[in-house]
Amino acid sequence: MTASNQLYQEVILDHNRKPRNWGTVDGANHRAEGHNPLCGDHIVLTLSVGSGGTVDAVGFEGDGCAICKASASMMTTAVKGRAVGEAEAMVQQFRDMATGKLDPERDANQLGRLKVFAGVKDLPSRVKCAILPWHTLHAALNNDAVTSTEGDGA
Amino acid sequence: MNPSVASGGFDIDRVRADFPILSMRVDGKPLVYLDNAASAQMPQRVIDRMVEYQTREHSNIHRAVHYLSEIATARYEEARRTAQSFINAASEREVIFTSGTTEGINLVMHGYGRKFIGAGDEIVVSAIEHHANIVPWQMLCEERGATLRVIPVNDAGELSFDAYQALLGPRVKLVAITHVSNALGTVVPVRDYVEAAHAIGVPVLVDGAQAAPHIPVDVQALGCDFYVFSGHKTCGPTGIGVLYGRESLLEKMQPYKGGGDMIASVSFEKTTYNVLPFKFEAGTPPIMAAIALGEALDYLRGIGLEAIARREHELLAYATEGVSRIRGIRIIGTAERKAAVLSMVMEGIHPHDLGTLLNEDGVAIRTGHHCAQPVMTRYRIPATARASFAFYNTFAEVDALVASLERAKAVFGID
Repeated sequence: MTASNQLYQEVILDHNRKPRNWGTVDGANHRAEGHNPLCGDHIVLTLSVGSGGTVDAVGFEGDGCAICKASASMMTTAVKGRAVGEAEAMVQQFRDMATGKLDPERDANQLGRLKVFAGVKDLPSRVKCAILPWHTLHAALNNDAVTSTEGDGA
Repeated sequence: MNPSVASGGFDIDRVRADFPILSMRVDGKPLVYLDNAASAQMPQRVIDRMVEYQTREHSNIHRAVHYLSEIATARYEEARRTAQSFINAASEREVIFTSGTTEGINLVMHGYGRKFIGAGDEIVVSAIEHHANIVPWQMLCEERGATLRVIPVNDAGELSFDAYQALLGPRVKLVAITHVSNALGTVVPVRDYVEAAHAIGVPVLVDGAQAAPHIPVDVQALGCDFYVFSGHKTCGPTGIGVLYGRESLLEKMQPYKGGGDMIASVSFEKTTYNVLPFKFEAGTPPIMAAIALGEALDYLRGIGLEAIARREHELLAYATEGVSRIRGIRIIGTAERKAAVLSMVMEGIHPHDLGTLLNEDGVAIRTGHHCAQPVMTRYRIPATARASFAFYNTFAEVDALVASLERAKAVFGID
């Protein structure tokens, strides 16, 4: 089985076909745009973070490949309802997994179903596709309006 | 079409045997290399030539009087004459070695553009240029207060000659246009474009990166003033390319880089530049790469550019027919005259996913914007999947491409 056979699993194909939390959050208080200049992936992420510091609502829109779209869709379902600190920790874990620095089967993590993206580490040209939504989430939580994976070591 | 008949007279088995990389396997599957527009593969003869040079001939050129330097210089200059005859330039003084097409265009931008283009002037490019033939001119426009004008393209990928003629006003100082589009495959009838520009005294640069490996190029017949192409797309190594320039223009231009080899004499009061073509070749050039490029061009000429163009036309026609039968595929670039490039988008599958899935079958294509973002914008698509052919590709490889595209649809659950 090759790396990408592992990658294009049904759960990813399903999120690509029917992205969850698609759209813009009304009354969002965080927003960021993410862009992969090399491949044209582009997403807009909106978030509503409540006074208790939890992600109450999250939505995304954009254009991208199946890896990027599924990663964004699954990210939104994963971080909804979580504290901002937990979401930030997941950003780091996901990036580490995608770049092969974290083994989701061995190292402690909260990635859950997001482990399906582990195989992307063997496809260096596609790592940025998977990471873009997480990069954008980090930017939104830190109020950077526009972000890009350019210059990211990933 | 019967492929064995269609390839009429072309000994494909012998040709493929010349390229060691073509027999490799990717993840257990035979490599199907359809990314030739990005870089072509290298025949054994050229690989051997590099080894031979480094083993028995290497030294610096145009400098010492010792044996190796004489040999290296002679081989380097022979390569220049091979390049000269490959594009039928009138004189070897008009053939300048560069690092590739991009440097060739930048050299003309600096050497000609910065000397002769100023505020209020216009530079005409086309809507189907590679970034390498857009960005240098934009940089010049910004620096000099000049304006970039763009020849529009129709839905098929053909430039509008009428619109071009309308753009050719009194402020135009240079036309920079591609010979073959890397993203769409369109062959531009550059001779007509050159004639129209010359009628109002405007010089024309032709980006031949995608033409030189695929169709016969005769710069004198085209009439262009500058012609640029890359070594690695013509079965040579990376890091080497050719700029053809009309001698009378090259003489008037300022050097692009200063340094050794490009001077006649240097003092702290005044430096006199060397004669053509050395005036534009500062520093030690990639000698081995230049000699290998000469070998590669010689190899292509041995097969014959007419034969290559014919074979690739058959491959393209066969691929276009096969791919067109796949439901949900749209071919981007359907010009009447095309060369070796089949760009496509598949309904429901992003080009990058397609590229990754095809790779599993050993099929190497390019996905992305192909350094031609304005083309993607024009067709309102983020990217395409591009198969690009060389004479050493086979009809069976086209079948493998089609089968792999069908499999990608199945993986994505698309009927």
